[in-house]
Amino acid sequence: MSATTAVLPKKPKLLGKILLHVFLILVAVTQIYPLIWLAFFSLKDNSEIFSGDVLGLPKSFLWSNYTKALSDGNVMIYFFNSVLVTAVSIILVLILASMTGYAITRMNWKFSNAAMTLILLGMMVPIHAALLPLFMVLKNLGLLNNYWSLIIPYVAFGLPLAVFILGSFFKGIPREMEESAVIDGCGIYRTFFSIILPLVRPAIATVAIFTFLSCWNELMFAVTFINDTAYQTLTVGMMSMVGTYITQWGIIGAGLMITTIPTIIIYLLLNKQVQKSMIAGAVKG
Amino acid sequence: MNSVFSNKTAIAIFVLPTLLIFCAIVLIPIVVSSYYSVLDWNGIGKGTFIGLDNFTEMFTDSRALNAIKNSLLFAGASIFIQLPFSLLLALILASTVKGEGFYRTVYFIPVLISTVVIAQLWSKIYNADYGLLNTLLVNMGLSNLAQDWLGQKQTALIASFIPILWQYVGYHMLLMYAGAKSISQDIFEAAKIDGASRIRTALSITIPLMKPILKVCLVFSVIGAFKVFDLIYVLTGGGPFFTTEVPSTLMYTTIFDTYRYGYGSAISVFIILECLVFTLLINKLIKTD
Repeated sequence: MSATTAVLPKKPKLLGKILLHVFLILVAVTQIYPLIWLAFFSLKDNSEIFSGDVLGLPKSFLWSNYTKALSDGNVMIYFFNSVLVTAVSIILVLILASMTGYAITRMNWKFSNAAMTLILLGMMVPIHAALLPLFMVLKNLGLLNNYWSLIIPYVAFGLPLAVFILGSFFKGIPREMEESAVIDGCGIYRTFFSIILPLVRPAIATVAIFTFLSCWNELMFAVTFINDTAYQTLTVGMMSMVGTYITQWGIIGAGLMITTIPTIIIYLLLNKQVQKSMIAGAVKG
Repeated sequence: MNSVFSNKTAIAIFVLPTLLIFCAIVLIPIVVSSYYSVLDWNGIGKGTFIGLDNFTEMFTDSRALNAIKNSLLFAGASIFIQLPFSLLLALILASTVKGEGFYRTVYFIPVLISTVVIAQLWSKIYNADYGLLNTLLVNMGLSNLAQDWLGQKQTALIASFIPILWQYVGYHMLLMYAGAKSISQDIFEAAKIDGASRIRTALSITIPLMKPILKVCLVFSVIGAFKVFDLIYVLTGGGPFFTTEVPSTLMYTTIFDTYRYGYGSAISVFIILECLVFTLLINKLIKTD
């Protein structure tokens, strides 16, 4: 990614260069301005938004929109639920997928290839297919409106790609690493957890980022399995909030900003890693 | 040594939990959905077996056909508008432009944001009275073009495509960029020595060599178009008068608003098959070694 050599031959022409940058900046503005506009109106009150000045900076920053969204709009609850569901899902995906990926790629057993093929099939399955059967099971077991009714499906649908990415990293580790660990007296568990796992940190980061994005942003399961405010995550919560504050754009905007800010922070801190993860997920998947 | 790596207990501990969850939540529900799809069933009691009647209904009902048509149109828009635009951006950024990293980072931001947020944001952009789009048009003296973008039949479908095309341009750009960057520099050196122009090089060298990643992008954008749910559900709910409905929103309302579990499952089975068939088709049509 950091290669600086030219893919196309270089031909420095000033006018062409300027036009090129004008084009690139215009694209950048269309990609980012709607979000800046959202940030602006989340800090405005109705009279300012509806007086026709929707475009510019807020006259004064109305932070009370944020406190109102957090307390009256229940965004605090939604936020907590999203963090909990996402964090538990990431941890479970990492534990399960790393163990499975390791056993499939590095251990000797008859059905390792069959297991991999089966799991890879899962990458083709859209979640639509599971929606109604899962809903019926959860309903009959009385598990609707429960954190696990989201966490378990998120983990299940996150596993295939995670096993694949982690597995392909395990494959790249030299055999000698494991052999010397075993000679030094490590058992299989110790070899895996303290020698091998630390070697695949980049893959763990990739899987964590992927799982974060898919859980944090998921709507279909969340809107179907949860209707109790106490368990709603941000995506569903935003929908009910928009219904409640239908004309108060400022408060809605604040809620949308609170939903988005964690993602943006993670992206700004880890933007190289995030981009790499998205490429790895696509190319390997 | 070998005994350590063929330790049966360890293998079982490592693999069984994953396989159990995976089969229970991902694989078995597909089978169950297929079974539901041949039933006339409202979720209470036992359904009646009606063979393929649900599927016949789907292909004769104008509302379902319209939803399928919309998803095909949407796939077409992704292929012919979104992908070429992403490719253009990727080629420009891959050819050592100053600030390349900055542009890449900015273009990619919408990809990461929840579609619910994107949909809410665009519903505000399209708002007839105070929206960003109409305000811009009025300020440019084009107030006769200002309209209720999502509320009227003629514009609703296009208006609901735009946010998705907009959101994922950065994603395809990034994949194609990575593809272009992975091409060996020697080839470009040779082209330069032969005096090939930038555009010529892009058309006859870069793009053909990017075939594998272009295929991935093609599959993703087509499958993505067939699966799209969140954006339509939040932005228009399929309205006005079902003009923006897609198979997944139709499936959702069929199941959870009209309680026709069998028919809804038939639509979900159709979505799976549609994705599968088009993935195989694209892989057959575009051969990469």
